[in-house]
Amino acid sequence: MPLTGEYLGMAVAIDDVDQPNQAFYTHCGSGALHLQACRACDLMRYPTTTACPWCSAAEHDWRPVSGKGTVYSYCEVHHAIAPVFRPFLPYQILLVQLDEQIGRPGEHDGLRVTGNLVTAAGELAPSPLVNAIGIGTRVRVVLKDIGGGMALPQWTVDEAAEQPAKPWRYPEQAVAAAAANASAMG
Amino acid sequence: MTPRADVDATAPKHLRGKYAIVGVGETAYTRGSGTTTRALGTTAVRRAVADAGLAMADIDGMLSYNGNDSVPSTAIAGDLGMRLNFYMDCHGGGSSTEALVGIAIGVIEAGLCKTVAIFRAMNGYSQVRIGGTGRSRGRSALSGDALFGRAFGQLSAAQMFAPTFMRHMYEYGTTPEQVAHVKAIHSEHASNNPKAHYRQRVTVADVLASRMICKPLHLLDCCVETDNGNCLIVTSLDRAKDCRHVPAVVLGVVGRCSKPRMDNYHQSGPISTVAGAYAKDILWPNAGVGPEDIQATGAYDAFTFTTLLQLEDYGFCKKGEGGEYVSSGIMRLGGARPNNTSGGHLCEGYTHGIAMVIENVRQLRHDVDDSCPLGADGKRRHTFDYAEGGCRQVKDVALTANLGWATPGTGSALVLARGD
Repeated sequence: MPLTGEYLGMAVAIDDVDQPNQAFYTHCGSGALHLQACRACDLMRYPTTTACPWCSAAEHDWRPVSGKGTVYSYCEVHHAIAPVFRPFLPYQILLVQLDEQIGRPGEHDGLRVTGNLVTAAGELAPSPLVNAIGIGTRVRVVLKDIGGGMALPQWTVDEAAEQPAKPWRYPEQAVAAAAANASAMG
Repeated sequence: MTPRADVDATAPKHLRGKYAIVGVGETAYTRGSGTTTRALGTTAVRRAVADAGLAMADIDGMLSYNGNDSVPSTAIAGDLGMRLNFYMDCHGGGSSTEALVGIAIGVIEAGLCKTVAIFRAMNGYSQVRIGGTGRSRGRSALSGDALFGRAFGQLSAAQMFAPTFMRHMYEYGTTPEQVAHVKAIHSEHASNNPKAHYRQRVTVADVLASRMICKPLHLLDCCVETDNGNCLIVTSLDRAKDCRHVPAVVLGVVGRCSKPRMDNYHQSGPISTVAGAYAKDILWPNAGVGPEDIQATGAYDAFTFTTLLQLEDYGFCKKGEGGEYVSSGIMRLGGARPNNTSGGHLCEGYTHGIAMVIENVRQLRHDVDDSCPLGADGKRRHTFDYAEGGCRQVKDVALTANLGWATPGTGSALVLARGD
C-alpha cells in the first residue's frame, strides 16, 4: 500500500514498490532514525540504496542510530526556489555528520545526512537560530510528523551537548568590509 | 609531461591527435529566444556545418544531451533533411560536451559513421530553468530521491553544491573575495565578446555587494540562464584537412569521470575535492601533456566556485590554493593562462558547457569573434589590446583545456591543440 502524507503543503507519496524508503520514513514515524546496515560488511549507509555502496551486497537490516551529530557543512538559502519555503527565508540546509561510523570505510568518509535546521518543535528555524550555528555545531535529530505513520528527520541544536566556542561560519563581516573597501577605492 | 604508464583507464594512445573539431555553430544568447528548442538546434547545426565548409550530406552522425528540456536528434536531422548512420541522445548537463566528443571519436573509430554533429538546444530561461523554476518542476509529490532533497528546500544546483563550497572555505581558508575574482575576470572577457548576454564589466566589490542567493553564493557568483542552441562538428583528422578552418585537434578526453558514491558524493570525503581529482589521471596521460603546458582554459563556471575547484583538482595549482590561483590575475586575458575568454556561463550565456568548447576552438584558429577589424581574407586582425570593447584573442595559443562540471561528483574534460 502506498504511504501518503504531507509536509509544508507538499504531498508525500511513497509507492509500495519502494520498500527502502517506506521503511526509512516509517522507522522515523515510530520514533527513531534507522539506517540500512549491510549484512555482509556491517557498514551503514545514507540515503537509502538498493545495495551496499561499500561491498555491493543486497541484504540489509535496519539499525537505530543515536540521532546525534555535528554540522559538517551547510547552505544558507536566501532566495527560495520552491515557493513553500519563501516564508522561512533565510533557511538552513545542513549536512550533518552522524556520530556513528566517522572515518569509515575511508578516512574522509562518514554518514552525512541532509536536513534543515529546525526548532525543537520541528519548525524551520528563525533567524537568531540560523545565525548561531556553523560547521562544528552539535545537533540532534527532530522527527517531524508528516502523516501516514511517517516522519521527516530534521535537526536542531543539541542543548545537552558541549558546543564549540565558535563554530565556523561564512565570514559575513569580512565580506561586507571587503565590498565597502573596494567600493571606496573605486 | 611524460604520459603515465600506471593508468590503464586511458584510450589507446593511437587515438591521440587523430580526431578534430572542425565546425562550430551557435545562435544568439538571449533571455527570450521567441522560438522553439527545435528551431534553436536546427540553426546551430546548420551554422556549424557551414562553418566547417561541409555539406549536410557529409554529416552522418548526431549526438545531443538534454535535461528533458529539448528535442532529440531525430527532430533536428529530420528538419535539415539529413539521413544519419548513427545518433544518440542522452540525459545530462555540464559534463556532457566533452564526454560526447569522446563518444563521437569512439563511434567513428568503430566505423558506425564518419562525421558527427553534437548539439545542445535549450530555452534555459524562457522555458525550463535548471533550478526548477519556470514551467516545469517542483510541483509533483515528494517521493524517492526528492525526499532527501526537495523536502528540505534543496533543489537548485547552488543549493546542492553549496556544502562543498563552504567546506572548501572552512578547510583551506578560501575567501569570498578570492572567489569573486572569477566573475570580475569573466566579465572583462565578456566585455570584448559582442555575443555575450552580459557585457558590462563588474568588480569584486560588485560581486560581494550583490544580494545573497544561497551562502556562499551571491547573485553575481551565479551564471546567467539563457536561451541558445550550440553545435560542434567532430571528424577524423584526415577528413578535417578538407575543412575550411585550422582544425582543433583532440589530444585527450575524459568523460563523466566520477567520485565514489556518484550522486551521493557528500558521503565520500573529502567533500571539498571534486571529480577532477580522479579525471586528471585519465586526461593528462591521454593527452600526453600536463596542466603546465595549457595556454587557455575553459573551466566550467555555473558558479564562480566551480571554476576554482576544477582548476585546483585538475592540478593547475596545489590543492587548497585555488583561491590564490583565481585571484592572481593568471586567468585574465593577457595573463599566463586565461580562463573562459568568452565570459563563460557567468556572462556570455548558459549552454551546459558546449559554448566554452566552441570558444576554445575559435581561439585555436586564432580567429575568435571579437570586435577587431576584419582583413581581406575575412579573418580578424587581432590587436591583442584587451581593454574594454577590444580584442579577446589569446596570442599564439596552441593548447587549451576544457573542464566540464556536472556536480562536485562528476566531471568531463577535453584537451585541444591547434592543428597546424
